[in-house]
Amino acid sequence: MNRNHISEQEVSMLLNDVLERYGYDFTEYAHASINRRVNHLFQLDRFPSFAEFRYRIITDADYASRFVEEITVNVTEMFRDPQFYYALRQQVLPVLATYPLIRIWHAGCSTGEEVYSFAILLKEANLLHKSVIYATDINTSVLEKGRTGIFPLSQMQQYSRNYMEAGGVQDFSSYYTANYEYAKFRQDLGGKIIFSPHNLVTDGSFNEFQLIICRNVLIYFNKMLQDKVLRLFCDSLEPLGFLALGSKESLNFTTVSGQFRQLDGKEKIWRKHHL
Amino acid sequence: MDTASRVVLIGGSAGGLQAILTLLPGLSARLNAAVIIVLHRQSSSDSVLAELLAVKTSLPVREAEEKELLLPGTIYIAPGDYHLLIETDHTLSLDYSEKVNFSRPSIDVTFTSAVEVFGPQTMAVLLSGANDDGVEGLADVHEAGGITIVQDPDTAIVDFMPRHAIQAVPVDYVLAAADMASFINSFAGLMVG
Repeated sequence: MNRNHISEQEVSMLLNDVLERYGYDFTEYAHASINRRVNHLFQLDRFPSFAEFRYRIITDADYASRFVEEITVNVTEMFRDPQFYYALRQQVLPVLATYPLIRIWHAGCSTGEEVYSFAILLKEANLLHKSVIYATDINTSVLEKGRTGIFPLSQMQQYSRNYMEAGGVQDFSSYYTANYEYAKFRQDLGGKIIFSPHNLVTDGSFNEFQLIICRNVLIYFNKMLQDKVLRLFCDSLEPLGFLALGSKESLNFTTVSGQFRQLDGKEKIWRKHHL
Repeated sequence: MDTASRVVLIGGSAGGLQAILTLLPGLSARLNAAVIIVLHRQSSSDSVLAELLAVKTSLPVREAEEKELLLPGTIYIAPGDYHLLIETDHTLSLDYSEKVNFSRPSIDVTFTSAVEVFGPQTMAVLLSGANDDGVEGLADVHEAGGITIVQDPDTAIVDFMPRHAIQAVPVDYVLAAADMASFINSFAGLMVG
């Protein structure tokens, strides 16, 4: 609302520029959230006018990367919604245990905190050795961070609490080495995770999985894009595979809802029917 | 059912819940506006809060779901740990981005987003609280020609938020919680039928 505000129409122009020049398609993202983020970046980087902001994005590929990184939300935490992880531990892992090789896709993984969380669950269920986790995101710089497995030490107290609420009984600090202000997670956890770029809007299926985790990504998409991505997930799941979403996301009223059944309990975990 | 053409925004932090419980019973059962409540709170047990508020009003109270269409005569609660945004087609969006004023949900975020859509058809009410969240959003509502109401600091459990709002924004009305419902009713008007 302030003097220097980019209108929804101008944001649409920018998103079309980014699509045409760089191939990143944000045109089907929910507007309110993306408008807010574009405006936030515009003010953060102190552009005097929309025209200059637009010119910079069109002509400077490095700045365009920054644009992509800043307008995608990368707030995450380990064992986010501990009850959700507790449900995975109780209801999903025993089924995964029956497979000789467990393939998991964590889509929109951001910096990887939730991926490492799930790796810890697999480790404790003695399944990590026969698992592969594909962790993907549109944003290559967050994948870099994920690969390092290094997170701020200041967060560990909270993460340790979350871990215990998720049913963890080990000493959480045994999973990382503390070093100055950072915690580096153990190599045996990271060794089973493949971080790689994947754009949910434009890229297709790349394997068949027994579990797909995608939390707090769909909320940023409009209805049509949500449906499209859910069909991609459905096509990428084995029969009887699991799909796990964020706490405010749902398959209700989507085109794939008929192919899934929600697990008992309050968590947002569905199982694909046997066809 | 047609979407709401007016919106009433209610924001509160510490002590805000008591004010909401005080004003809800006075709201008309045929309120012709959507009501959105953004309340800072620790717990994520949203259903408990919805049940608590539902006891105080005949209007339906629900936890806001993403992509849901805003309907008149319905009270929506911003869910814990998400920002609540309003789209131009009057549907709701959730956002898990950084906290604003150390808050998620943030009152500022919802107020600003709503007034961009509803403009002068917005009424914003800021209640008791111990921080600044909501003041900037209130200023946005005022700038867009909406109506602003702040809880009388002398009647608020925690007066910091309302006091600061009154200093920063030329608010339209300063009221005790018990007097707010009649102002909300006359702004919203009644649904016909």
